[in-house]
Amino acid sequence: MHKDSIEIKDVFHVYETQTGPLPVLKNLSLTFPKNSFTAVVGPSGCGKSTLTRLISGLLIPDSGSVSIFGEKIEKPRASVGMAFQNPVLLEWRTILQNVILPLEIVGSTLSTNQRKERARHLLKLVGLEEFEDKRPSELSGGMRQRASLCRALMHKPEVLILDEPFGALDAFTREDLWQVMHMLRKEEPFTGVLITHDLRESVFLTDQVVVLSGRPAATQYILDIPNLNERSLDDLYTPQTIEMLNNLRLQIKIAQQRD
Amino acid sequence: MQKIAVPLLAIVVFLIFWEALVWINDWPNYKMASPSDLWPAFWKFRYLFFDYGWDTLWRTVVGLMLAVVVGVALGMIMGFSKTMRDALYPLLVGFNAIPKATVVPIIALIFVGQHDLNTVLIAFMISFFPIAVSVSIGLSTLEPEYRDILRALGASKMMIFWKIALPKTLPEFFGALKVSVTLAFIGTNLMEIVSPHGRGLGALFDSGKTNADYPLMFAVLIALAVLGIVLYYVVVVLEKIFAGWAERYD
Repeated sequence: MHKDSIEIKDVFHVYETQTGPLPVLKNLSLTFPKNSFTAVVGPSGCGKSTLTRLISGLLIPDSGSVSIFGEKIEKPRASVGMAFQNPVLLEWRTILQNVILPLEIVGSTLSTNQRKERARHLLKLVGLEEFEDKRPSELSGGMRQRASLCRALMHKPEVLILDEPFGALDAFTREDLWQVMHMLRKEEPFTGVLITHDLRESVFLTDQVVVLSGRPAATQYILDIPNLNERSLDDLYTPQTIEMLNNLRLQIKIAQQRD
Repeated sequence: MQKIAVPLLAIVVFLIFWEALVWINDWPNYKMASPSDLWPAFWKFRYLFFDYGWDTLWRTVVGLMLAVVVGVALGMIMGFSKTMRDALYPLLVGFNAIPKATVVPIIALIFVGQHDLNTVLIAFMISFFPIAVSVSIGLSTLEPEYRDILRALGASKMMIFWKIALPKTLPEFFGALKVSVTLAFIGTNLMEIVSPHGRGLGALFDSGKTNADYPLMFAVLIALAVLGIVLYYVVVVLEKIFAGWAERYD
């Protein structure tokens, strides 16, 4: 087990459903180096979300192992932050209180004021500093997702898992949040795993794109993308990027046809 | 201002209409007492009204509190365990389908003479069902992502309940409580009317019937309505305090 990477080794996982066993992951092995950002793409229902649940410790694989920085994952651990497509903010709390939530669970040593300070710092980074006293229902979808990202980072997790966090947003808001993501990663480095259906998003945000094959999922293809720290939206329209996108599209097509 | 004036005006219009109806038709007070007959009836028995009103009130409130405790407990059991939900649901629905008026004499016989206990029991039995159902639905429909957000941080089941499941269920709970408070009130009066030598507004109503004092019966009805309104709005105020966030201002 490597001390400086997330390792998924020979993982098999089968869900028991009413119509019989449903194998979702088959002999899956992946490595995410520390402070890298990896996108996982693949046909829908291929087991991408299962992968996030394995890394977060919400799910234990039937066989094989998952380890984070040399430590085998057998139950959830506080060093992981998560954000989903649904921002799942707590409606009865203000935005500030929502962002502070993880510290109430992981047993932080910070005082109430220090917690608020940290939450305000994060909210400021994503441009929500004036909304800390609002309720989630008073915010737009994009703003809620920003708050959700702040909450995921509140306890300074080593690993950030993003399960299609921008999937439900309009194109402009999505591009805004891509840039927010880059900025957050530079401010507070983390090892990121991003599940997405948007190939442009995967190419813009990450330095490694993993294409999973159709269910049961195994690794189909891995694409490395250079220059993670110097990206601008204009890069999305260069010939190199378009070539990468075409390549990925082709791989997904192959993955879809496999089963 | 408008919030108070409009309902008050509506009540005044209603009373005038009622009074006029009785006058125009020249109904005797055993057919339909008029609002102007009610005040003398109330004044004559004002001490009884306050004494018995208090009885009715505390019995209803105790029965309702019992319904909250048992209803929330049942709701939690059914909300967290699908097996328990499958097991208990038909039983509860069946129990709820029995008209409580038929249970009144049975309870009165089981605990004969224990008038307070009987009344509280009926108030409880008639009113716990909506609470149990709403809490169980609130808990069982909790989106898995909400649970995962906390579970991924290593939160215990108890913590997930306190931080998320309980507050998220509060709006449904108060919705049910508004139904239950009225039901509990009905339960209390059912028992008070049926039990011999009882106390409470129901008993006062019954004695009005026995003595052919029709204005008294109508005055009791009004007193019941007033008590019912008070109880209902107490729940509304509690809802505003504990689940006010669920209200949308748009």
